Amino acid sequence: MTINHISIDTALLVVMMIAALWTVMGRSLLKAAIGLAVTSAIITILMFRLDSPLAAVFELSVCAGLMTVVFVSTISLTRPLAHKEIVELSRERHKRFGYLPLLLILVAVVLTFVKIRNNIAAPPAVGASIDVRQVMWNMRPLDMFGQIIIIIIGALGVVVLFEERKKDEW
Amino acid sequence: MPSLLIFIPLFGIVILNLPFGKAMRNAAFWFALAVFIVQIVLAITHQPIFWGNEIEQMDAFFRVNFSVDQLSFVMLLCIGLVSLTSLLVMRDTIFDINERFKFINLLMLASMGMSGIVMVTDIFTMYIFLEITAIASFILIAFEKDVYALEGAFKYMVLSALASVLILAATAILLLGAGSASFTAIADAIHRTDNNLIAVAMGLFVCGLLIKGGMVPFHGWLPDAYGAASPAVSVLLAGIVTKAAGIYTLIRALNSILGFDANIKALLLALGTISILVGAFAAIGQKDFKRMLAYSSISQTGYIVLGFGCATPLAIAGAVFHLFNHSIFKSLLFVNSAAVETRLGSTDMDRAGGLAQKMPITGFTSVIGALSAAGIPPLSGFWSKIIIVVALWQAGHTWYAATAIMASIITLAYLLAMQRKVFFGKLALGLEDIEEARLGIRAASVMLAAIIIGFGVLFPSAYAIFIAPIGEMFIK
Repeated sequence: MTINHISIDTALLVVMMIAALWTVMGRSLLKAAIGLAVTSAIITILMFRLDSPLAAVFELSVCAGLMTVVFVSTISLTRPLAHKEIVELSRERHKRFGYLPLLLILVAVVLTFVKIRNNIAAPPAVGASIDVRQVMWNMRPLDMFGQIIIIIIGALGVVVLFEERKKDEW
Repeated sequence: MPSLLIFIPLFGIVILNLPFGKAMRNAAFWFALAVFIVQIVLAITHQPIFWGNEIEQMDAFFRVNFSVDQLSFVMLLCIGLVSLTSLLVMRDTIFDINERFKFINLLMLASMGMSGIVMVTDIFTMYIFLEITAIASFILIAFEKDVYALEGAFKYMVLSALASVLILAATAILLLGAGSASFTAIADAIHRTDNNLIAVAMGLFVCGLLIKGGMVPFHGWLPDAYGAASPAVSVLLAGIVTKAAGIYTLIRALNSILGFDANIKALLLALGTISILVGAFAAIGQKDFKRMLAYSSISQTGYIVLGFGCATPLAIAGAVFHLFNHSIFKSLLFVNSAAVETRLGSTDMDRAGGLAQKMPITGFTSVIGALSAAGIPPLSGFWSKIIIVVALWQAGHTWYAATAIMASIITLAYLLAMQRKVFFGKLALGLEDIEEARLGIRAASVMLAAIIIGFGVLFPSAYAIFIAPIGEMFIK
């Protein structure tokens, strides 16, 4: 990989970090949802660049696409806060977490100077020779089965948390 | 046939959720009860017909590669017992049939996830089962849907997500280095190559597991989650979830992958001691019953880690025995807090007083739980603590042994203060008409107290059959 490639990837990572920070530090839920979509879109580009087109397509369609639609439609059902409340919340959040970007930059600078001895060469079993679909369905079906269970739990969570109920009397 | 511990609950849940009306919802409780009891029996009896055979077609289809050893048996027993306790407490705290049904689904999924964690031999599959347990736990914590429950669930979710990122990143690096995600392949790669990146990966992995286990300094989420969750969920979280997701996985990773070298031992000894002290001192100042028990859990988990840090066969046997004991006595104390919460509507210790007069079974069993936690003979908690202290002393870690003893005295102090405030003394005003806890809570507390007394009195047999082989297993 040439220096040019590395610098493009690094630039993309930096942009991704900015988008992610904008997502968590912003004032509006809608902007946060858009920020998340932008973050996912940059991850998609990185995945394409790292020769993982299948993962990139999933990231783009599910994280940047489907989830943004779900978030935006949910936000449209909520009552927006008054401008004063938003400013107050935002000020509070900046006071509590304002150091985070600085901390991240500091960690990145420190890690740049840390020399990690790395002589790992990707062994054939995890190289690009095996189709990812074969890995998922033929080599690791138990893990796929586990992922399905996680989705079932998520669905159950939606049923549990978003259904109105009366509080039980003890 | 160990895979049946995963597939039977799962297929059972699928069938129970088919639209066959109210009968299926009523059957869910009995199905869960049967599953947990069968798991307990199988873990105690070590039935070779069950554990030694495979269901060839199903195991081949899913490429299941489960392995069960003495440590897994102890964990499976704890999972079965604590899940059963949580189910019994749920029966007396959730009365709406639909809510009960949802709770049972989530409880069985969490329990199944933990059973998977303790049987897998592959780091990525372990991660998948960790996620199953964690996501079921978030929803269970938020089950009450009040602001505190949602806050507790949110904190747990954020920190657990951070832990998952660390574990997943570590898994990716290890997979790259070893070419396989199995424990043996990764252990082989680590010992074969001299690569800093793999050491970094293991560091990330261990940090992730420490967050999941609620060890100091990663314990911020734990008191809020335990304190805000509904009674049945608090029992499950404190009794087994953090142990299966954090402590067991840490020990399994160290034993099967890294090995106990001098640096790791020193790290575990330091982390264990800090957790013991921070948890114990923080527990002293608490006014809420459940928050006090949560800090006490951090402290008691420190003893387990301290035992593993010593890493002699005796210390490891003691640590595993304390893991079992802590599951039992902490579940018992949380059942007692559930009894108080259901009758008072609060776990504020200042509002209670003299409850043992009106709730004799709860009062008596809480004394058993508290004394076992403080390490008073002849209860089971005494034996595990004394084994850890003796092992530390024999290994020359006299300061650590002394700290463990001193912290035990602090434990006794805050638990006796709790007893005095909540159960003994003069009956608080307005509590004259209070009644003993309902049948399910009473049954759970009597069962757990009987285990504590039984394991304490029959300690020599229990130690020889269940615990001693584990210490030998770890030291290769």
